[in-house]
Amino acid sequence: MSKQKDFVKFENVDKSYDGKVLVVKNLQLDIAEGEFITMLGPSGSGKTTCLMMLAGFETPTNGEIYLGGKAISSIPPHKRGIGMVFQNYALFPHMTVYENLAFPLRVRKIPKDEADKKIDKALSMVSLQGFASRMPGQLSGGQQQRVAVARSLVFDPQLVLMDEPLGALDKNLRESMQYEIKHIHESIGVTVVYVTHDQSEALTMSNRIAVFNDGKVQQLSSPDELYEKPVNSFVAEFIGENNTFNGEVSDISDGKCKVKLANAEIIANPISVKSKGDRTKVSLRPERALINPKDKMDNIHNGKIEEVIYHGDHTRVRINLLGNPEFILKVPNSSANLDIKLGNEIKIGWNSQDARALDPK
Amino acid sequence: MSSETKQILTTDGIPLEVSLKKAERKNKIKAFLLVAPLLFFLIITYVFPIGDMLLRSVDDKMVTQMLPKTFKAMENWDGQELPEEEVFAAFHEDFLKLVEEKREGKLSTQLNYTKNGFKSIIKKLRRASKKFEEGNYKEQIMSVHKRWADVEYWRAIKRRAPEVTNQKYLKAMDMYTNEEGKIVSVEEDRRIHRVLWLRTLEIAFFVTVFCFLMAYPIAHLLATLPMKYSNLLMICVLLPFWTSLLVRTASWMILLQQQGVVNDFFVGIGLVADDNRPEMMYNKTGSYVAMTQILLPFMVLPLYSVMKTISPSLMRAGKSLGGTPFIAFWKVYFPLTIPGIGAGCLLVFILAIGYYITPALVGGASGTLISNQIAFHMKSTLDWSFASAMGLMLLSGVLVIYWLYNKIVGIDNIKLG
Repeated sequence: MSKQKDFVKFENVDKSYDGKVLVVKNLQLDIAEGEFITMLGPSGSGKTTCLMMLAGFETPTNGEIYLGGKAISSIPPHKRGIGMVFQNYALFPHMTVYENLAFPLRVRKIPKDEADKKIDKALSMVSLQGFASRMPGQLSGGQQQRVAVARSLVFDPQLVLMDEPLGALDKNLRESMQYEIKHIHESIGVTVVYVTHDQSEALTMSNRIAVFNDGKVQQLSSPDELYEKPVNSFVAEFIGENNTFNGEVSDISDGKCKVKLANAEIIANPISVKSKGDRTKVSLRPERALINPKDKMDNIHNGKIEEVIYHGDHTRVRINLLGNPEFILKVPNSSANLDIKLGNEIKIGWNSQDARALDPK
Repeated sequence: MSSETKQILTTDGIPLEVSLKKAERKNKIKAFLLVAPLLFFLIITYVFPIGDMLLRSVDDKMVTQMLPKTFKAMENWDGQELPEEEVFAAFHEDFLKLVEEKREGKLSTQLNYTKNGFKSIIKKLRRASKKFEEGNYKEQIMSVHKRWADVEYWRAIKRRAPEVTNQKYLKAMDMYTNEEGKIVSVEEDRRIHRVLWLRTLEIAFFVTVFCFLMAYPIAHLLATLPMKYSNLLMICVLLPFWTSLLVRTASWMILLQQQGVVNDFFVGIGLVADDNRPEMMYNKTGSYVAMTQILLPFMVLPLYSVMKTISPSLMRAGKSLGGTPFIAFWKVYFPLTIPGIGAGCLLVFILAIGYYITPALVGGASGTLISNQIAFHMKSTLDWSFASAMGLMLLSGVLVIYWLYNKIVGIDNIKLG
């Protein structure tokens, strides 16, 4: 059976709560079958609203959502057959783990022995065998979250929605749950739409990430592309760390452009600038700039070290460079031979390919 | 020495337990002193009056103390035939003393409770006793009125000999101890209390049901509406609390009377004929309507406080897992509101069975409750011990309901707010 490329399809979807402000603006989004897609964005960017429209708890103000080729706007939530994991788990506190998992099977009138098999399977998937008779209140946060995941999968839905499911867990647990959810997704091949504001979560787990801001998808691409090749300055700044220079394009030719800063000029890769005189924001990842580069690089400038912060595996160095006092460098701790001391003047170089001249925002 | 029995010592050699007690003693004293004023207040205003009420309801010392010699002389009387001369002599002596202290009226009232007809013959006896000669009191007293020669009346006097009595409780159940000492019911046409008890339970039950049916959606709205609307609604719910009970009841009288607003409206829309306006007041309907409205907040508030804590994502989870809205409500939402339902129903029911002013004003003859009977005996007949007995029966009824609730639902499964 071939996988559908537009298993879930948002077509021109608008959403407004008060008739004055659009929370989601003209959303176009295709999600392929079996894909793990993450909606990433700051709070208020419309990502949860999109999820709620897909689940059926909100109706689109305009446009249509398709699931498996069928328009679903007029189908109530309980008939959509979509599994959902909620932010605060939403386990039924008066039912045992078993009864929680049995709920979706009972309402579907699945015979008891078959249901028991499914529940066993779901519990073993999240390694919670033997917890069936516990009440949710007797479980730890991580265990509750696993029950919630198991419950959303127990009735074999084709699509599972997860609304910031790991937000309430501590850092270590969150990381191990990320891998666990990723592995479950890989082993059963269900389509997952995941909402989070945590970029590392999104980068770790997803096949593709949709970065939301201001009700719009800013960029939809794979995690590495998103990080390496952000298409606008919002994405560049939202994902990972970023050094920026504000300036004006003074020359543009051969896939390179010169950007005039306050008192210097740098060479950059023109992404969203078209012609001479455009305002631009040049974005450069910290790990792309090198100290005392041995290779030939087309940007080499001097800066003064303002701050050195030890981070274990690497050291963060804050440098005042070309009028930007917040220029950050990450130096691996293996390169201890470099002369990194507070107040030193050092040479910093980078390739113009990595300095992306984006919109000025 | 095993590790369990070994005493743990602090660094300066005092056993840990002793040291801990010492350290906490100060806090305990402080805590007690903080609650002490409330404790004394409760003892004085709550425990003491209830204890007093209990004593008063079984207390029958008054007659015992008024006729000490008579009862002593009666000890050996079997009650079959008229008592001997010595009983009459003792009675005469007691009676003279009472006349001297001007307390014979009280005696006649008391004895009249036991048997009708004492009032007039005691009055006659007082007048006649001034001319009594010494000796042969039996003849003289019997000649005052023929009832004094009736053994029934002497038996009635003897029945008042014990210092404690259950007569008030029996009377509240329309029963009494007859001449043979058996507990029997009064004649059918004189039974008033049983009807009142049943009616009290019935009205309290239905008022609780009505309150529940109305309060559940209101509380749900309150808990789920956006803040600005829910605040307004909350004020509407609480508004009755800030208005005098009397004013609210009076306004129901204006609304419900035959020429009142509600009837006018019914006639206006053609529901009833103008010359056939239904009576909605001075009967049960009036009690139902007014009490439901007045007790509604007591149901809304516990329900609201429970519903407020139920996350809306639970209902969503129920629906997303495939439950229809009804199943999601019935299997998920409703079970979680049970603590609020229990608290609200218990509160409303208990308040309703003791309700007084509203049924007194709008209930008429068929809508009054047992509490109105209690008030009647407190204020009009001044039979406080009877009122106390009924009050205590009401109290024990409430305790029984509380106990039943605890058995069935569990009292820790209750949430008042």
